[in-house]
Amino acid sequence: MKFKSVFDIIGPVMIGPSSSHTAGAARIGRVARDLFGRQPKWARIHLYGSFAETYKGHSTDVAIVGGLLDYDTFDERIKTAFEEAEKLGMSYEFIAETGNVDHPNTARIVIGDEKSEMSMMGISIGGGKIEITELNGFPLRLSGNHPAILVVHDDRSGCIANVANCLYKYDINIGHMEVSRKERGDMALMVIEVDQTVDQEVMGELRELPNITQVTRIAD
Amino acid sequence: MDVLFRNVRELVERAEKEGKLISEIMIEQEMLITDRSREDIMQQMERNLTVMEEAVEKGLQGVHSVSGLTGGDAVLLQKYMQQGNSLSGDLLLDAVSKAVATNEVNAAMGTICATPTAGSAGVVPGTLFAVKNKLNPTREQMIRYLFTSGAFGFVVANNASISGAAGGCQAEVGSAAAMASAAIIEMAGGTPQQSSEAFAITLKNMLGLVCDPVAGLVEVPCVKRNAMGASNAVVAADMALAGVTSRIPCDEVISAMFEIGQAMPSAFRETAKGGLAATPTGKWLESKIFGGSVVGSGQ
Repeated sequence: MKFKSVFDIIGPVMIGPSSSHTAGAARIGRVARDLFGRQPKWARIHLYGSFAETYKGHSTDVAIVGGLLDYDTFDERIKTAFEEAEKLGMSYEFIAETGNVDHPNTARIVIGDEKSEMSMMGISIGGGKIEITELNGFPLRLSGNHPAILVVHDDRSGCIANVANCLYKYDINIGHMEVSRKERGDMALMVIEVDQTVDQEVMGELRELPNITQVTRIAD
Repeated sequence: MDVLFRNVRELVERAEKEGKLISEIMIEQEMLITDRSREDIMQQMERNLTVMEEAVEKGLQGVHSVSGLTGGDAVLLQKYMQQGNSLSGDLLLDAVSKAVATNEVNAAMGTICATPTAGSAGVVPGTLFAVKNKLNPTREQMIRYLFTSGAFGFVVANNASISGAAGGCQAEVGSAAAMASAAIIEMAGGTPQQSSEAFAITLKNMLGLVCDPVAGLVEVPCVKRNAMGASNAVVAADMALAGVTSRIPCDEVISAMFEIGQAMPSAFRETAKGGLAATPTGKWLESKIFGGSVVGSGQ
């Protein structure tokens, strides 16, 4: 079941005009920002399908930039996200792609600063719900049927065990898990689908573990 | 994941067997899935209700979108009603005007609550605040209206689609209207089965509706489709309360909606490439608003 909560249907509270093309777009931007861990200096956003055809009318572009500035779907500042980005010195560029993708509302967000860059692909599946389908070239094979978290960490022994132990402590059962890394000893990531909702307390404890760079919820 | 219902049949059966309202089953399922307290869940829904109330009020004062394509119609309708000569009746027109009010606020980038989407956000609150004047519900019953709508929307979202890009307008305004219709029944004291009949009757009459927004904006024809979705919901609720039933069961109507959405060409699924968007006037409006350019970039 992709939609689990009644508030996926009656909600979100948001700035118009479109739940998939505005609110969902803002959420995709915000997850990217969250995964990057800080305000990016530049953003290159590729839009596909319906996103590419109608992004201007739906303010999809404004909303994604708003998300990259860490604004929630109901944040009034979304309306002036372009101006805000300019003030903060974040440049952005939108590219309407013509290629075929699996889902009509797809965005690939490439963001970075002087230190590093990151690429993420997200889809907006309706009513403001989103899924993250790719990170830095790693396909995230999430069913979308369960809550999922993404952990970016240094490729060191014990990281995976620590994360699993922490989830165990809160009685959270892992249903599916993928681990991958760029190179030995470099950046690595875990995508973990669980049966229970991972609340803020657990997220906080995971972030405190050694060698963990970033912990983000990518599906509720 | 354990859920209390996966389709409308299970939802209605459970409500009738346990002698509970559909809204109650939805609240219980939300508590079960999210592990949150009833109080917490009710409070969040009340906040959503407040956002809807404020959006309707704002729209009735008159708002206009940046493009200039929509705005001001909710005010026209209210003024017309006050003259007392309306043909379709005050409750129906009130629902229509309040649905329009919400969507005009949405088009103007105001704050709304998606039900189930932003483009279809007018129908559920529009009908709620119109029926309210006739049925005089408590605040809790108004909150329950949203849970009943949500229960049916939950089934549609998981078994079909609530996205115009995936299933056309039938998936958005069609779903919203059917959800509202089912919720009206509960507020009016009808049975869970009658909610299911009203839902089926409404959705059947919105099957095949395409998503063809002019210039890709959630304005034309979206605002007026919310108006007609609201009227559909009220009329179908009356039909179900009168004892009219749907020959095709609710879940099968939902399946049919999904199948129709799957078969719909992409020109009719929120790409602004077909239907009203592709008419000479639709194209002219698009070039007037965006100056003919489709690709753009920031700074």
